[in-house]
Amino acid sequence: MTTVSSSAPDRVGESPTRASLARRGSVFLYRHAKVRLALLLSAPLFWLGLVYIAALVALLITAFWTVDSFTGEIIVDWNITNITKVLGDALYHAVTLRTVGAAVLVTLIDIAIALPIAFLMAKVASPGVQRALVIAILMPLWASYLVKAYAWRSLLSQDGVIDWMLGPIGGESPGYGFEGSVLTLAYLWLPFVILPIFTALERVPDSLLDASSDLGAKTGRTFRHIVFPLIVPGIIAGSIFSFSLTLGDYIAVRIVGGATQMLGTLVYANVGVANNLPLAAAVSLIPLGIIFIYLGVVRRTGALNNL
Amino acid sequence: MRLSLPSKFLLWGATAATLAFIYVPILVVVLNSFSTSKTLSWPPPGFTTEWWGKAFTNAGALSAISTSLVVAAVSTVIALLLGTALSFALHRFDFFGKSTVNLLVVLPIALPGIVTGIALNNAFRTMLDIQLGWFTIIVAHATFCVVTVFNNVFARLRRVGTSLEEASSDLGAGIWTTFRLVTFPQIRSALFAGGLLSFALSFDEIIVTTFTAGSGVQTLPIFILDNMFRPNQAPIVAVVAVVMILIAIVPIYIAQRLTTTDNR
Repeated sequence: MTTVSSSAPDRVGESPTRASLARRGSVFLYRHAKVRLALLLSAPLFWLGLVYIAALVALLITAFWTVDSFTGEIIVDWNITNITKVLGDALYHAVTLRTVGAAVLVTLIDIAIALPIAFLMAKVASPGVQRALVIAILMPLWASYLVKAYAWRSLLSQDGVIDWMLGPIGGESPGYGFEGSVLTLAYLWLPFVILPIFTALERVPDSLLDASSDLGAKTGRTFRHIVFPLIVPGIIAGSIFSFSLTLGDYIAVRIVGGATQMLGTLVYANVGVANNLPLAAAVSLIPLGIIFIYLGVVRRTGALNNL
Repeated sequence: MRLSLPSKFLLWGATAATLAFIYVPILVVVLNSFSTSKTLSWPPPGFTTEWWGKAFTNAGALSAISTSLVVAAVSTVIALLLGTALSFALHRFDFFGKSTVNLLVVLPIALPGIVTGIALNNAFRTMLDIQLGWFTIIVAHATFCVVTVFNNVFARLRRVGTSLEEASSDLGAGIWTTFRLVTFPQIRSALFAGGLLSFALSFDEIIVTTFTAGSGVQTLPIFILDNMFRPNQAPIVAVVAVVMILIAIVPIYIAQRLTTTDNR
């Protein structure tokens, strides 16, 4: 009698030994949302916090240490020699100016190239053509960065494609150097600039354009007074990419830049050849600082919501 | 929009020129891999498949390809686990510091590669005293791959909502059963797309890799970079570059097809 009554509830729950542990866990988790959240968050936060945030903090700390010039070992010796060297040395001034100049040039070139094609995609092309163009712009975004830089190495090379194209009209390739780097970087970041501008243009209502032309404005005037002011946030969003990516680049400059020195190549030289991590860390704070200033300035325009 | 004929002409002309600007360099690499010239001279003096044969028997290139495949696969698995957990946490819960966590995911890819690279290099070498190699490359790659998985899965969770899961638990299914039979099938293709993108991203990455690889391990991008400056290796590099384009573009194409068919 007693055996029957005690086994009855178990039969309702089906095979108690197999299901009970999983079932109990499930019930516990179902009732405790905070435990669920903790389980979900712990591993990713542990990883990102430990690997990434700790590394960034460590980078900042290392900038205040020094390297023993004989052994190459890093000495924990708090000082601001690296910082004052980076801020005071004429070499770093020149390289910083050159890098910022390259970033500005690349950004301007990309915006100039992006505006017409983005406008055509958003406002002129039929839906089918628009879809095809978006794919055509997106595809090279995923082709290897390195391969694209390498492509420009072959384009710019002596007797390369550019020499061959410009030869008949008396021109020649700029070769490996500052101009070559700017061209290559502009090529690399172009899709990043086109896409946000395209998105911004798509949001401009067609009725505004029609109204403007109904009132007698020509294409150029409509663009200057109606379209342009509306897409400024999109343009700035694109410029963040080209500007920040150029500041941090060093591979493309190594491939097509010849002897051109940029902030990125200086950082790399200090890590690899000179084995002076503290100085490299101090140099890397320059692009980081410039980007934060740039982001701070453009934040007011609301462009960050367009990324 | 109504356009005057000259401005229409100008716009289409600029678009054609831009597309040429985008595609000609890639085309030139493909053609150079069949050129008999060793110095990238143009037009190619002759046609040969010699470099393709040599590249596929080049021990360095082959081992670099397998290294890259392993690194990309392991980092993708880690990124899938971390990215999925994060997207569930950020989609299903409201908690203190949520926006900070959101920023934290994007940071490794938003900051310039050189900053990420040197920060990790410094952390491994000076702070933790870990020898650079397989482990450090995979840790670095997984860190910036998390965001691609996160973006895909989060977008999917936002779209499918939670009503089906609620129905499932109302009908008596536990958390595991609901995940296995309801949630997972809904996010499966997003996981696949995110995983493919993360794989392609890791396979291509060069900047952070140069700082975390050390001298012992050579991924395919590092192989290309090392050989690019050697005089007689240029055509082999062109072949490997074409292989990289193919390996990167095919998964992206599949991923994009997957996400667009889902959205219909």
